[in-house]
Order: sequence, then structure tokens, then C-alpha cells
Amino acid sequence: MHSNRLSPRLGWAAACWAVLLAGCGSGAPTQATAGGASPEGAKPGAELSGKLVITGSSTVAPLCAEIGKRFEKLHPGVRVDVQTGGSSRGIGDARGGLADIGMASRALNADEADLMGHAIARDGVCVILHKDNPVAELKDEQIVAIYTGKIANWKDLGGKDAPITVVNKAEGRSTLELFLHHYKMKNTQIKASVVIGDNEQGIKTVTGNPDAIGYVSIGTAEYAATHGVPVKLLPMNGVAASIQSVKDGTFPLARPLTLVTKAEPSVLAKAFIAYARSKDVHDLVKDLYFVPLD
Amino acid sequence: MSHSTKDALLAWVLRACAVAAGLIVVLIVVFLCLEAAPALRNAGWARFFTDPSWHPNRRAADGTFNLTPMLWGTFFAMTGAVLVATPLGVLSAAFLHFYAPKGLAVYYRRLIELLAGIPSVVYGFWGLVTLVPLINRVHPPGASLLAGIAILSIMILPTIALMADAALANVPRAYLHGAAALGLSRWGTLRGVVLPAARSGLFTGVILETGRAIGETMAILMVCGNVVQTPRSLFDPIRTLTANIALEMAYAMGDHRSALFVSGLMLMGQIVLLVAAAEYIGRGRVHG
Repeated sequence: MHSNRLSPRLGWAAACWAVLLAGCGSGAPTQATAGGASPEGAKPGAELSGKLVITGSSTVAPLCAEIGKRFEKLHPGVRVDVQTGGSSRGIGDARGGLADIGMASRALNADEADLMGHAIARDGVCVILHKDNPVAELKDEQIVAIYTGKIANWKDLGGKDAPITVVNKAEGRSTLELFLHHYKMKNTQIKASVVIGDNEQGIKTVTGNPDAIGYVSIGTAEYAATHGVPVKLLPMNGVAASIQSVKDGTFPLARPLTLVTKAEPSVLAKAFIAYARSKDVHDLVKDLYFVPLD
Repeated sequence: MSHSTKDALLAWVLRACAVAAGLIVVLIVVFLCLEAAPALRNAGWARFFTDPSWHPNRRAADGTFNLTPMLWGTFFAMTGAVLVATPLGVLSAAFLHFYAPKGLAVYYRRLIELLAGIPSVVYGFWGLVTLVPLINRVHPPGASLLAGIAILSIMILPTIALMADAALANVPRAYLHGAAALGLSRWGTLRGVVLPAARSGLFTGVILETGRAIGETMAILMVCGNVVQTPRSLFDPIRTLTANIALEMAYAMGDHRSALFVSGLMLMGQIVLLVAAAEYIGRGRVHG
């Protein structure tokens, strides 16, 4: 074959890929198995040591990572490994023993009674628009009408004459679940123009499109809005979407950030959860625009 | 060690390498099939083509699992990108060899190699903050098949440009001398002699860029809008099979997760078809 003369270059590419794949493949399982082992010598009073694997919600992960860093400083023998992958994964991993602690951005469901949930903070979900969009408030039924495609132009809502770009979240995200649950919609009814993955992509999509409407976690949205990003957080039922209104419980679209363990967590996991719920980490919770529990 | 034992040893080492390489592909297919099996058992093949929509659920009976719009999405994005990038890549290689001054050619080649090294997420990010808003001004929502084709074209351009470059460099100089002796113009030489002589290499380049276009995930995920629908125009958002897996895998459980492996299996099928078609065309036209 004539194309044989090109093979050295292809060979190199293949070799690089093989190395990369091998790296990825061997990395993950090792961490997972190490996490299953209970820490040695972790009696009450004794210095904690061992490895703590925490997986789950991408909303809770940044907070857990920060708490983990501080926890590692307090207990030099402890390693905290935080991996993201969504609330479903967090709950699945906690149940299956792949992780010592799962992270979920919701309270536990009724069919998850075999697990223990420990709330560490609250987070709200809010609807966001581009800053240049003249619409200042939307009623619940208007949001439902927009998301189900019954209203498709901003002029019907007092805005300019432009088609609405409806930004929805991908299947399985807890933000989507919370949003659908609150507005009593089914995902099959939603007529989306864009489907996104994480909160950051939602902010980027709305800032890049003055006619877009989306919903993201309030922590992310308030952080963006206070850092010069042209987004606007819509109030709900007259309550401003802010950290404050989530904290005092008046904002309707809010959820607890939960650490999930099996009924009998290890000593190390118990210690970490107690620390994550303590006042010592409230500054970290606030730094990430979540709301600490009192 | 005698020559014959050395030879035998080498032969066995080579056999082992070959088996290992082949085994990886086989194992991946077996793994895909095993993971896809629950969804295929609970839902069956037909539902992946006949269900009214893609709204998966962890229990097959409660969800709908139509993958056809995503098959089309993948196909359109790939075809569009290959149609845009191939002429650009081949012509840029022709420019390098026959028109560019020597000094410029060196830098131009480095530039294209640099383009090949940029990670896909960077292209995706650029597409999301620059290209998508731009398209949105022409036709909302901006995130669309068109944006996907544009980003994919830029991403696969270096593949075809560098392959074409290598192919043109391998055209025997005697052909060029012969063309010069016949008094052919530069364009005449290129069209009548060089491109036909290099077509095997060019064809390999097209296969490689197509493979890259099918497999690309991150950039596509960021600019295509990810709405599950068969596009009716270039401005419609689409979701590709790869984007579907990346978007939902981390959050999927039960039959939903398994259905994502079915989309992986379909992707594999698409690539097998591509390779088979390439083999068929390659035998008939290029080497015949």
C-alpha cells in the first residue's frame, strides 16, 4: 500500500494515545479501591489517618475540595480526594462503597432511606437573563409558558421583538430536577433551544446571547453578576434571588447541599462530616456563594 | 543464539504485539456490548430508532430512547466539516509546495502544526464566547449545526493539511521534471500530475480527518446547542452521539446509562461503516 510511507507518524500518534489511555484507565480504579479501605488506627482520640474519597454533585464539589484542604492541614495523615460527576453518582458511589462520602445537591429521596444525609449548606437556583434584556420580572406561569414553548418572543412579555432562546440543562442534573419539580413540568414538555452541561456553560451561553433565558445555581450567578459578567438574576414571587434570601428561607427555589454516607460511616468520614458542618468552615461556604446553616 | 532462534523470537514478539493491539479493539467492543446489553434486553434494538423522542429514564419502560436524531446530527456535522476542510487542506498543501516562497513555507508549516496541537476545549471555548454570539446575531439561537461545522472544520484542517503536505512531498520528482519538460503550467502540473499521483496519501488524510470529526466531543458539546432533534437547517441546534455520552454519562443510572453505551455502540458502528467504505473505495479507485 502506498500510504505505508506515512506510518511512522501514525505510529507515534497511536503510541501517545495508548500511553494516555493507559494512564487514565489505571488512575481511577486505584483511587476508588483505596477509598474503600477504612483508615487504620482511627480510634477516638487517636490521630486520624487514611484516605477519604468523596464523589458526586459538581455544585458541592468545590466546597468539599476547600473543606478537604483545610481538613488535611488539621490532620496531616489524611488525604481527601474529591471527584465530580453529579448527585446521582454521589449517591450511587456512597451506596456501592466506591466513595466514603457522596455529594448531592438535594435532600435524600424517600427511596434512599438506606443512606444517611448530612446537610452542610444551602443553595438556590435562579432564572437568569442577559443584563441588556429589559424584562425585570417573570411570573411562575410565564416561565412555564416560555419553557414549554407557548411564549416564544420577548415582545409578549414586555421586552423587545426577538425570539427567546431557551437554555435547558442536560438529563440527570440536579439543577434540572429542582427546576422541573418546582414548576411542575416534565422534561418532555420543555422546548429548549440550547441544552447545556454545567452552570458555567449556562452563564457563558446567556452572556453571549441577549435573548436567552436560563437557570443556574444562585451561588454561581451571584458570583458572575458581582464580577462584571452581564447577567441578571430574576426575583421569584417578589423575592430577590440572592444569597441572603436563600439563607433566610424566603427564596422558594432552594435546595440543601448534602453529604451522603451509608448508615454506618467510617470514623474518618464521621469526623470530616462533623467538621464540614462546623462554624470553622462558614467562611469557605460564603466564599463560594453558598449559604451556611445555623 | 543462532540466527534462526533470533528470528523465531522476533516473530513471537511481533505476534504478541499484534495480538495485544487487536485485543484492545476486541475488548472495547466486548465491553461496549456487555454494558449496552441491559438496555438492549429491556428496550430492544427497535426502540432506539422508533421511539418518539430521547427522554431516557433509569427504567427502560418509563423512558424514550430514540437515537436517530443524534445519528443524523453526527453525520451532518462530520460531512459538513469534511467538505469544508478537505479543499482548504489540500489547497494549502499545494500552496506550500508550489507557490509559497521557501522562507514562508517553513513558517506556514509550523503554524499548521501548531494549529494541530491546540486542545479541543480551547476551540470549544472560543466557539462558545465568540462564534456562537456572532451566529446568534444572524439567526438565533447561535448554538447550531453551523457553529459545529465551523469549529470542526478548523479542528480537522491541520490533519488533512499535514497529510496532504506529506503526500505531495512524496510525489516522485521525475514526474515534476516530466511535466516541466512538457511545458505544463504550474496549475496544469498540479491538477494533471501531482494530485492524481498523491491521491492515495490524500485519501488517507480524508479518512483520518473524518475519524477525528466523528470522535470530537468537547468542542462540539460547547457550540452545538445539544438539543436532540434532526436539523432542518444549518441554524438548528443538534446533539451528536459523542456529546450525548459526555453530557449524560456522569449523571446516568440503570437503563439510561446502558442506553448511553448503546449510543457508543452506534458510534462504533458508524466508524466501522466508514472504514469499510474507505477500504472499498480505496481498493477500487486509488490502487486499481
